[in-house]
Amino acid sequence: MLNVSEMKKSLLVSIWFMFLTFPIMVIRVNPIEKIVEWRWGNMFLVGIGSFILSFIWRYFIRQKESGLKKVEMGEKIIPFFEKLRSGDSIYLRSLCMTLSCAAAVFPFVFSTYQTTIMTTVLMYVVLGLGLNIVVGLAGLLDLGYVAFYAVGAYSYALLNYHFGLGFWTVLPLGAVLGAFFGILLGFPVLRLRGDYLAIVTLGFGEIIRLVLENWNEFSFGPSGIANIPRPSFLGIQFSLQQATVYQYFLTIGLALCTIFVVNRLQDSRIGRAWIALREDETACQAMGVDKVRTKLRAFALGATWAGMVGVMFAAKTTFINPASFTFIESALILSIVVLGGMGSVPGVVIGACILILLPEYLRAFTEFRMLLFGAILVLMMVFRPQGIISNVRRTYELKGVPGRTLRD
Amino acid sequence: MRTILEINKLSMDFGGLRALDNFDLKMNEGEIVALIGPNGAGKTTLFNCATGIYAPSGGDIFLSPEPDRKIRINSLKPNIITGKGMIRTFQNIRLFPNMTVLENVMIGRHCRTSSGILGAILRNDSTRKEESGIVDHSYKILEKIGLNHFVSELARNLPYGAQKKLEIARALATEPFLLLLDEPAAGLNARETKELDTLIAQIRDEEKISILLIEHDMKLVMSISDRIVVMDYGRKIAEGPPDEIRINPVVIKAYLGEEFVA
Ligand SMILES: Nc1ncnc2c1ncn2[C@@H]1O[C@H](COP(=O)(O)OP(=O)(O)O)[C@@H](O)[C@H]1O
Ligand SMILES: [Mg+2]
Repeated sequence: MLNVSEMKKSLLVSIWFMFLTFPIMVIRVNPIEKIVEWRWGNMFLVGIGSFILSFIWRYFIRQKESGLKKVEMGEKIIPFFEKLRSGDSIYLRSLCMTLSCAAAVFPFVFSTYQTTIMTTVLMYVVLGLGLNIVVGLAGLLDLGYVAFYAVGAYSYALLNYHFGLGFWTVLPLGAVLGAFFGILLGFPVLRLRGDYLAIVTLGFGEIIRLVLENWNEFSFGPSGIANIPRPSFLGIQFSLQQATVYQYFLTIGLALCTIFVVNRLQDSRIGRAWIALREDETACQAMGVDKVRTKLRAFALGATWAGMVGVMFAAKTTFINPASFTFIESALILSIVVLGGMGSVPGVVIGACILILLPEYLRAFTEFRMLLFGAILVLMMVFRPQGIISNVRRTYELKGVPGRTLRD
Repeated sequence: MRTILEINKLSMDFGGLRALDNFDLKMNEGEIVALIGPNGAGKTTLFNCATGIYAPSGGDIFLSPEPDRKIRINSLKPNIITGKGMIRTFQNIRLFPNMTVLENVMIGRHCRTSSGILGAILRNDSTRKEESGIVDHSYKILEKIGLNHFVSELARNLPYGAQKKLEIARALATEPFLLLLDEPAAGLNARETKELDTLIAQIRDEEKISILLIEHDMKLVMSISDRIVVMDYGRKIAEGPPDEIRINPVVIKAYLGEEFVA
């Protein structure tokens, strides 16, 4: 492994990296003393670091290739998560039990701050699952998903401000408005696919944000809306800490509900039509699936969840302004779906945990957050393009052969 | 004999290219008609126009699912036409590669079922019944076609011949009365072609489905079809029973070649 050509390759890589990072890692201009510092030590470190990393990189690439070869030769490599799923369901059940116990005691063991973070994670789980319907199942690349989130948040804030409507009244309204805007976006993009669809949805997201930012009479512009009430329980007002715990459980409830509904949709006549549409639009239509209706349903059902989470978000932060609904937010939600595994519910849950928790606990590395984020996504695309947990098609049980699924 | 498909003076232009030129065709109930002609003659384009994928530039297409009912289907959407009972397969296989074999066929049942969003979420009795009906029906079709040992395999992992069969199975799941097959034998070996021959006859005789078939394998075409229509440059150049077509000088010149006669 440590032969000359390998060394040469790594040497090239390290020289290339030293060259690339030269301006930011080596030169530092000090404008106060008007001098230029040359930090040659950094260059040395970058060189050594990239030299070693390139070895590791190639090692993993080789691993991956030999893995592929094994699959080609007919060996079945069962990944860990599938073992979990297909093997004894005892493992799965005990995992679920542990998780739900942990979730139940979490807010009483950890601080309010931690509970708030977990609530955020759960919100992104719901957002990810909603976008997963549009992107993962129906294959419609939607880069403006945050718009529906904004619709939900602003509907609570504004309806409360003007009409004094409470959280529980607006929650379903937020869902309906989300769905409505989903259809509104759906109509003009029915004929678009791939890149074109991505660009138009991106534009849609920006339009909603810009309207909120500039239409002062309607949305109070960039200064946003404050004093949005937290959710109440039978009219009882909570202290801040109690409210945090209450919100946490509400979000768990919403997340469970989403998981349940998305799972059922996925395994239904509609879910199959979505997947067929993703696989081959022309063939899907030729086989009798109504393209228009199927696409609109995907947009509407995806946006519904964003609308609900929007309401929850407004109630959680008690203050919203357009800055919370930028494109980066859409990109983050999309990354959750892609990282976790398109079309896979457990994948999205894990994706949300990684992408929301990592930045929280890596606050020390704030400066490198985006760098890390990018690196994770690139690594994923190289080593596991199907996401952490790839979607496995379900098998069906047949009448007459009870208990026996068709996979064997 | 009742006419079930009637194509009148159908034309299709792609920019300056006239792929179909005043093309006429009639199909009777229970018939197997073969459509032959050199590559680029416009055969696939005819299928695309008939099934609503392209909007023809001129002419009419009528479909008659039942006696005394005749529908003009020119500007209807593909899924509506499928719902009326005409279905096609694709020349270059277009399955849903990441769905299982069974699910591919189940998509064919979409237009014959109706459960919606609420049904999917609540999974009430009628939805469950419909769902198991879809599975059973689809499995029966796979059994008949001989693909039942592949049910849970992803479509993309199937051997080529099985993929071709799966296209037919998926089409049959829509309960058509007219089946359009676009080069079903292309790429199949001799044994598979023979099986296909039997299968097509079986579909016609047992399912009472009429078949319009594009095919280059002359042995298959001659043995199976009641009538052959020959196309060249978007026009019909001959029509008749196999024995006539075999010796028709125009057809020999345009398509079959001298060696076929010998
Ligand atoms: N979508 C299209 N755009 C432009 N030209 C097309 C299109 N589809 C088919 N054609 C042209 O129409 C003619 C007929 O094609 P086709 O129907 O595929 O022939 P075949 O008889 O081999 O199935 C060809 O010249 C082809 O290039
Ligand atoms: Mg063709």
